[in-house]
Amino acid sequence: MDRVKRTLAPYLLVLPGGLWLLLFFAVPMVTMLSLSLQEGDVVNGFVFTGHWQNYVESIADYQTQLIRSLVYGAITSGILIVMSFPVAYWIAFYGGKRKATYLFLILLPFFVSFVLRTISWRMLLTDDGVLLHPLKEAGILPDDFQVLGSATAVIAGLVYSFLPFMVLPIYVALERIDPRVVEAARDLYASPITSFRKVVFPLALPGVFAGVLMTFVPASSDYVNSELLGSSETTMLGQVIQSKFLSSSDYPSASALSFTLMALLLAGIFAYARSLGTEDVMKVAAR
Amino acid sequence: MFQTNKPNPSLLRGMTQSRLGRRDALRLGGLSAMGAFLAACGVEGKGKPQASIAPDAVAKFWGGKTQNGKLNFANWPLYMDPKQPELKKFTAKTGIQVTYDEVIQEMGPWFAKVQPQLSAGQSIGYDLMVITNSVQFGQFRDAGFLAPLDHAKLPNYAANAAKSYSTSAYDPGNVFSIPYASGITGIAYDPDKIKRPITKLADLWDPAFKGKVGMFKDLQELGNFGLLAAGLKPGDSDETAWKTAAAKLKEQKDAGIVRNYYDQGYVDALGKGEVWITQAWSGDIFQKNVSDGTNYKFVIPEEGGTIWTDNMTIPVTAQNPVDAIMMMDFLYDLENSTTLAEYINYVCPVPAAQTQMKKHAAAASGEDKETLLAVADSPLVFPGESEYKRLHYYVDFNTAEEKQDFERVFQPIVLG
Amino acid sequence: MRGRFRLGGAQVMHAYTWLLIGWLVVPISVMILFGFNDPSGRYNQTWQGFTLKWYGEVFALEALTDALVMSLIIAVLTALIAGALGTGIGYALGRFRFRGSGGLNLLMFAAISSPELVMGSSLLSMFVSVGISPGPVTITIAHVMFSVSFVAIVVRARVMTLDRSLEEAAADLGASGWTTFWKVIFPILLPAIFSGVMLAFALSIDDFVITNFTGGTTQTFPMWIWGATRVGLPPQVNVMGTMIFVGGVLIAVISNIRAGRRRVAA
Repeated sequence: MDRVKRTLAPYLLVLPGGLWLLLFFAVPMVTMLSLSLQEGDVVNGFVFTGHWQNYVESIADYQTQLIRSLVYGAITSGILIVMSFPVAYWIAFYGGKRKATYLFLILLPFFVSFVLRTISWRMLLTDDGVLLHPLKEAGILPDDFQVLGSATAVIAGLVYSFLPFMVLPIYVALERIDPRVVEAARDLYASPITSFRKVVFPLALPGVFAGVLMTFVPASSDYVNSELLGSSETTMLGQVIQSKFLSSSDYPSASALSFTLMALLLAGIFAYARSLGTEDVMKVAAR
Repeated sequence: MFQTNKPNPSLLRGMTQSRLGRRDALRLGGLSAMGAFLAACGVEGKGKPQASIAPDAVAKFWGGKTQNGKLNFANWPLYMDPKQPELKKFTAKTGIQVTYDEVIQEMGPWFAKVQPQLSAGQSIGYDLMVITNSVQFGQFRDAGFLAPLDHAKLPNYAANAAKSYSTSAYDPGNVFSIPYASGITGIAYDPDKIKRPITKLADLWDPAFKGKVGMFKDLQELGNFGLLAAGLKPGDSDETAWKTAAAKLKEQKDAGIVRNYYDQGYVDALGKGEVWITQAWSGDIFQKNVSDGTNYKFVIPEEGGTIWTDNMTIPVTAQNPVDAIMMMDFLYDLENSTTLAEYINYVCPVPAAQTQMKKHAAAASGEDKETLLAVADSPLVFPGESEYKRLHYYVDFNTAEEKQDFERVFQPIVLG
Repeated sequence: MRGRFRLGGAQVMHAYTWLLIGWLVVPISVMILFGFNDPSGRYNQTWQGFTLKWYGEVFALEALTDALVMSLIIAVLTALIAGALGTGIGYALGRFRFRGSGGLNLLMFAAISSPELVMGSSLLSMFVSVGISPGPVTITIAHVMFSVSFVAIVVRARVMTLDRSLEEAAADLGASGWTTFWKVIFPILLPAIFSGVMLAFALSIDDFVITNFTGGTTQTFPMWIWGATRVGLPPQVNVMGTMIFVGGVLIAVISNIRAGRRRVAA
């Protein structure tokens, strides 16, 4: 009796949450796939016809935005690695008793709503705003100078939005490194650069991997930054999907684009995991 | 016949059924999408919208409905004095508590937002909503999402509204809607930044304003200006004309002239200096000048602008429809329509308001008097023959496919 | 020894860390600052003088206040439901080996790493397909969905470090499995569950993307702000943002200090 209870116990514990995930995460993916193969319009309804041209047409129409999104995502992750590594490194090895405080400061933006943070940037950088207006008045900048609307502004916004997601995993990976290993390496290689390259960086790689995963995916599918800080020259696929779902009610081609984006990102994640090829990577991914 | 206002069972069916011919598909979809109040052939979408609804539809909808003392009103921003004097008056008179939300900023997103709720037969949380005579008006109407109006409850409307409104192309006979205000889409600019007077659409294509030009995100608004700039008439345009217009707009975009494509946010962008010259709605600019002390200019371009009408409608799932229709009629009281127009400065659907406004002006003094006189004489509030000559109506769509074609032509410009 | 090699580099990195933190707080400062601005018109976009009046009138805008209340209700519900469900998953995964745990891990990993945009749009596609009306309920369903995995992970991490001898000792003393769980294990897990619940709360109250897809006309705090940006944000938004910020920081700091004390005491 007791044994039955014990073997059943994990299933009973897992059941409600697992069902929730199945029903509201997995099943919707299927309905979206189905919707992406349907035809019709919102007033007359949509019917499943296996219309795979939805994919062909929508990708043909919006390949620029698709590529742009992946490129912005990649640039954002790249910048984030370079920006975050020294900070994570310094906190991990020199943070001392204040490590938690520094991490907390890095996390401060999360206490302000994502939308509100991005709006604050917009206010700050706007053409006649608090930052640029005085500079224009003083004649330092030309009257038609602008920051907003450019790819730079959008990518800067993305970098800002997701910075903590890169710092934290790298920090966690570095924190685990036994300082004695580094010292031993120092003794063996003598040069700090070599020991960094051969010992510290490889050990930090799982953190970098997790960081890329946690920043590339949200950055390349973001639409808030581009909507608020960008212009029609910076439209990302997220905006297209958003607009097709939530403005033109063109559900089939919106679903097709959304599904394409997810498939590409998943494929990217797996290819990336394989190319790094270490066990650590899978461990990080599984964790 | 089809006692449902839910188009979406077809979605469900679509997922359970496998391959169907395209024609079957459309037919099935069409049948299930039948709006409750439309005649059986309404959704096939051939020809103009049907004025004829089932004769008992009005009685059926309004039967048993009573006043609840509550009203949720969904409207556009900059469409009422922020102190809401008309609403306060309404509450004082009827005891009905009004919640007024400025939640509508673009027609597409509004329809997309409420469509799933209306399809499921659920309340959208609003009893009265103001919607433009755009593509989405047709969608609301054809899907059976709008309650048929009981004109016995609208005596002020019958007495005071301009007669031309009852023959509109989008809702002949005012079966589902009565106007809130009409407006003109033209050009607004900041004379501090732009030193020469702006007179024509071509100014929106002027490379001198590179990166400082705003255009509308709404495909109809954008398409209209493309058509007018290319010397074409929106009202009777076809796909060839749309493509010409799209090329014209693409040229403007590729030259880097357009800063962005805006919804209601264009006013904010103008205020922040993001744009110097932009497509604009007439009354907004006036209100912005009044509220923020700015000095922006609004012009109807030489090539022409467009005129549209925002309409008060009641969603079929409204919980307080009687309170809503009372508000609709209340706003057609001569005094109320006059004060509303005095503030919002949009085209007033009540012609007698002009005389009433002059009376108000005579009673006022100083600056108020001047402002009121200016509004009463403003061609943007009470347009005359010469204005109407320059104003065009929106592109008309006969079928859902035509509408989709239109969107496919212009959407890539906005989402570039 | 260490210092000799890295002194210069460490100082540069120290300065850089502070520079980065400074950059991170720039928009937060802007938000707080403009809560004290006194704009003349409808548009709070240029500095026009200091005032405290918005703090007095913080709840003057009914629609905004309603949106904030809606956000809080949804966040509390999400935190409770996701807390309970996530604790179940986390405990089971950490404590038992069972068939299907691999699949569950994969599902959770997929849910955490999927773009919000895709999750939101797929949920909308399901809701429109089966004719469910979007509203507060669907928002809560969605929020629980994306936060349950986070709770599970936090709880599982704590369960894995549990000393199994505690359970054995309780069993030796004759406690049933149920009693052992409630009297012994649960109190130990409580801090982890609490952080999971707080995380779910924070994720929910901040969510914009998924709410935008699943909310219909329901206005939450971020949704209201998003809508209002086009017509000018009232200073009350900045004040509310500041209050949430300060409240969140205080809770975090206090719970951290208390956790520190407990560690010292133990």
